[in-house]
Amino acid sequence: MDFPMFHLDWLNDRFLIAVIAILHVFINHGLAVGFIPYITWLEQKGVTNASKDQITDLNWDNLIYKKMKVAFIITTTIGAMTGVGIWFSVALVSPSSIGSLIRVFYWAWFTEWLVFVTEVILILIYFLTWKNSNTSLKAKVRHIKFGWFLSIFSWITMAIIVAILGFMMDPGNWNNEQTLLNGFTNPIYFPQLLFRTPTAMLIGGVFGMLLTTIFTKKGCDIRAKAVKYASKWILVWTPLVIIGAVFYWSVMPSAMKDNMSTAVGSMEFAQYYDLLKYFIIGTASLSVLLALFALMKPKKINFAFVIVPCVLAFGFLGIFERVREFVRKPYVIGNYMYSNLLREEDYPLYKRDGILKHATYTAITEITEENKIEAGRDVFMNLCSRCHTVNPQGVNSITYVFERMYGFGKPLDKNSMAAYIPNMHNGRTYMPPFAGNKKELDALVAYIKQVQQTGESLEGVQTSGVKINPLNSVKSVTEKLEENKDYSED
Amino acid sequence: MKLLQVNTPVPKDIPLDLPLPEWLLVILLVVSFLLHIIFINLMVGGSIITLWAQIKGLKNKEYDIFAHEIAKTITVNKSIAVVLGVAPLLSINTLYTIYFYSANALTGFVWIMIIPLVTIAFLLTYLHKYTWKNLEKNKHIHIAIMGLAVAIFLFIPLIFLTNVNLMMFPEKWGTVKGFVSALVLPNVLPRYFEFLGACIAVTGVFITWYNNRKTYPIDKIYSSFTRYHIKKIGYSIATVGLALQIFFGIIVLFTLPSKGLGYGVISIMAIAGLFLAYALWYCYQSIICPKEDIDLHFKKIAVSILIFMVFYGGSRQMYRHTALEKHQELVTAHTAEFQKLSKEARENPVEETTDLEIDESLGEIAKGSAVFNQYCAACHRTTEKLVGPPITEMASIYATDEAGLKNWIKTPGKKRADYPQMPGFSQLTDDELKELAKYILTFK
Repeated sequence: MDFPMFHLDWLNDRFLIAVIAILHVFINHGLAVGFIPYITWLEQKGVTNASKDQITDLNWDNLIYKKMKVAFIITTTIGAMTGVGIWFSVALVSPSSIGSLIRVFYWAWFTEWLVFVTEVILILIYFLTWKNSNTSLKAKVRHIKFGWFLSIFSWITMAIIVAILGFMMDPGNWNNEQTLLNGFTNPIYFPQLLFRTPTAMLIGGVFGMLLTTIFTKKGCDIRAKAVKYASKWILVWTPLVIIGAVFYWSVMPSAMKDNMSTAVGSMEFAQYYDLLKYFIIGTASLSVLLALFALMKPKKINFAFVIVPCVLAFGFLGIFERVREFVRKPYVIGNYMYSNLLREEDYPLYKRDGILKHATYTAITEITEENKIEAGRDVFMNLCSRCHTVNPQGVNSITYVFERMYGFGKPLDKNSMAAYIPNMHNGRTYMPPFAGNKKELDALVAYIKQVQQTGESLEGVQTSGVKINPLNSVKSVTEKLEENKDYSED
Repeated sequence: MKLLQVNTPVPKDIPLDLPLPEWLLVILLVVSFLLHIIFINLMVGGSIITLWAQIKGLKNKEYDIFAHEIAKTITVNKSIAVVLGVAPLLSINTLYTIYFYSANALTGFVWIMIIPLVTIAFLLTYLHKYTWKNLEKNKHIHIAIMGLAVAIFLFIPLIFLTNVNLMMFPEKWGTVKGFVSALVLPNVLPRYFEFLGACIAVTGVFITWYNNRKTYPIDKIYSSFTRYHIKKIGYSIATVGLALQIFFGIIVLFTLPSKGLGYGVISIMAIAGLFLAYALWYCYQSIICPKEDIDLHFKKIAVSILIFMVFYGGSRQMYRHTALEKHQELVTAHTAEFQKLSKEARENPVEETTDLEIDESLGEIAKGSAVFNQYCAACHRTTEKLVGPPITEMASIYATDEAGLKNWIKTPGKKRADYPQMPGFSQLTDDELKELAKYILTFK
């Protein structure tokens, strides 16, 4: 309503955030939180296993260094930039929600930033001083210590961000007490952390094993040794993954029931939830199988064996994030702001006046027969475009979702849509209620009908620019304010 | 009061308090941005100098080594630059939510391209650094890798400058269509070239410092370059950078849109400029002075550049403040006004009265039929399945259970696996519900 609407009519706006965020989580969990302690542990093993006259087993040390190099390059490029990318994409797609969160969580993010700066400095020190530290035992021991520090700081960044994520889904608290403490005390904080920590470790270990198969020759001793260590690592963490996942899985519905009692029962959610269950079982058992096989026949392990569990482990994390996102609906901030970026408290006003009157960017203040389609488009942009596209080929396009209900290829019926939209939130609990008035509903329906006929798409402000609502321009706002002032002075 | 044009939008702000007093946020913004920009300068300037030195290195091997040494610092500086960028981003998002996000959206496509582009540039700098030996025989390819990274590094600041410029001019938002039209707004390009000058200047000073460290084994790294020689290269680079910066700085001053200008801004910018001129003078002195005096002016130069940065950063913030002050007042008042309206509407909600279109010719079931058309026909047909089951099926299930039918309509459950769950229609009055049930049950 107050921000120009950036919109991707094919990819879908949510998808832009999802792609960047999932990539970031993969790298953060799999190559930092879970990978650094694994690497440090292996580096330490190199020292403890070395013969008396050596500081460390140099061949072994070199293999571990190479693995770390992969993590270092990826985390400081794709990892760092996707982290910033989450900010960028969320600010584009969902400015009102991130703008609200930032006002409440400024200190949380500021603290997160301080930890993050420390983490980056530690990773620079850890990786860049690796080779130099091999000159004396004292330096090597100190280097390994840096590895452990880095592991701790990587974990803390995750622990803080999970609090912020948890808070967004915590129903009610936003309206009562806007403090960070609520993020840490909300019912899904610990289950989430308990799930994420071992999962990161598991992914780190599987990914580490994958790198071993790339950097070493098949059948050689050093590969067998590295594979065995990775197996032990996996076997230790997998039971904890299962415990954490089952805990989280069982806590979530009851924790979320206040703002989505019926949504948990909805088909879409149930599908994702079931899928998560299978992913937990599948990934955990496959990882254990891989680890057991690798312990017994370490020389048989090659890239092909490890890639499937590795992809599955990342997929597991992906589907987990999808479920987490789904639980939030229809809100973007629990019981405060809907995923269409409108605050729940403003709904009565929008219902009374319509939304276009209060939108900053629309050319239409009075809907007529002539401007109906254009009005419908602006209503769509303000109320639907965060999750739906117009382009018939687009992800979650509006014609697709209606045709799925009313039959593919059949002409959409305006009356049916107009009867359905104001009631949809009752049955489809992940949908926010329609915020506009009757005229806007008719305009929206007419627009959707036209879209089905023409197959047109909707351009975001990044290409089409904005039209300024004359009711919300400097001139009218000033007049309105002065009027109120005169009135109150009388 | 400065004139705001008629077609300037007045959006509503986010109705939540700032997490900190405004002045403290401003200080955090300016200071954290300063730290960020120093490392950005080193990253961009370092890449430019690496490219230049490596090309020079095709003829003189010593320059190739020099390029390699600088290249090693880029990958470190870039990591610090990115992580230090988060704090000013956070602060500007908080202080100027409406303005910053609006500018981002209006240039959205190019704005989000920052993420993949910078990622690629970073990967290129690693590729460049780690293939120095492998591509020894293919120098041109190796230099091209750096060339590509530099090209990206040169483009990214344009995107940022376009955004922080656009955010100060809400009166232009209605005229902007995409990145290019925002780029050509006055003052973006002069600021960009001033910034490039700063990158080169800061990198020059950095090179001098880097090669002056006692622990840095110059003799082992270079065969003919001496510490003095490299420090002199550093000062020369800084001199060129500072000269560019002062030249474009003056253009910036003259092309600044008058909206945010005032005596305060101008005088602070002028003082900042004096410090820059001071640094330039001593940089030049360090080049022409006798060999033993080369370190004499280093501190003066470094400190005066730092003071320049504080003053210049401060003046930019002052400019932004004056440029947006009046508009922010309007936004605040408009936000309060909206909240008042919203509160009124909340306290006096309008009952949604929808007029049923009653077809009297239907007689007894006229009202029930109208209710059905209004609320149910979107999903139910008479005899065929649409979204939900047909009326005939309802009628046969509830033939003798009108109460059960009414109950289901008000609070439906989930019955059929292959159908979506029906929304509840608790808004129906008892009379409407009765008529509706009567209508449905006529189909048995």
